[in-house]
Amino acid sequence: MSMFRRHGDRYVATFAVDEVRVLRKVASEVVGLLTDGFDHTDPVVGRLFPEVYPDDAASTAEFRRYTEGDLKTAKIDQAGAILAALPDGEAGGEVRLDAEAAEAWLRALNDARLAMGVRLEIKDGTDLGEELDDAVAEDPSSSRVFQLSVYAYLGYLQESLLNALID
Amino acid sequence: MGGMAAPQVAPVETPDTDQVPASDRPWVTIVWDDPVNLMTYVTWVFQKLFGYSREKAEQLMLDVHHKGKAVVSSGARERMEHDASQLHAYGLWATVERS
Repeated sequence: MSMFRRHGDRYVATFAVDEVRVLRKVASEVVGLLTDGFDHTDPVVGRLFPEVYPDDAASTAEFRRYTEGDLKTAKIDQAGAILAALPDGEAGGEVRLDAEAAEAWLRALNDARLAMGVRLEIKDGTDLGEELDDAVAEDPSSSRVFQLSVYAYLGYLQESLLNALID
Repeated sequence: MGGMAAPQVAPVETPDTDQVPASDRPWVTIVWDDPVNLMTYVTWVFQKLFGYSREKAEQLMLDVHHKGKAVVSSGARERMEHDASQLHAYGLWATVERS
């Protein structure tokens, strides 16, 4: 697994081809969720765009009317920052980010983890290792095994980038 | 748990509060605990958005984590809505209410 390190004013990681594929897939899925698939009744959308007044639907709708467009654009742009920085084609390679791109990656990795966390029903106190063991015991080739591994990987990558940034 | 989150908000049950018209009480932005956001990330966001010191941001993050939520800013309603939308951009679960 790759991690980010700081080199001068750049944040650098070298990804294997499988990692590039996974990152491209999760970033594209976030973009899809925010464009064609945008649906407030989807719990993932509900988590990325929380009700700002949980007890006041009218005020929440009003708030959304003037903030949601910008928020959506920002989230699409930050997922786009991942896609833009990845090596082209079916190959691994180095990713070098300036501070601005690094922050966009942090937010985008977080959005992807939030989306996956909702789908995987991650709860407070969920032990990822245990979840993964259980899923493997049930069916090692299941989509849940893959999704849990990707979720764990994104958390690891996000933490390494954050540590490089605040170092 | 130190006292940075305590101050702005008068406890709701005190007799004094009854004498303050609702329209004069400030609004607050609340961040809720969620199982996905990394603790280090939440601390970083508080520093970044509010200019809080590392210590204060960490304490707020711990309040969110252990108590389920914390008041992260207070003031005019428009200002709180701005803070909440910024927090949403970073993926934190923020709501606004009257204190």
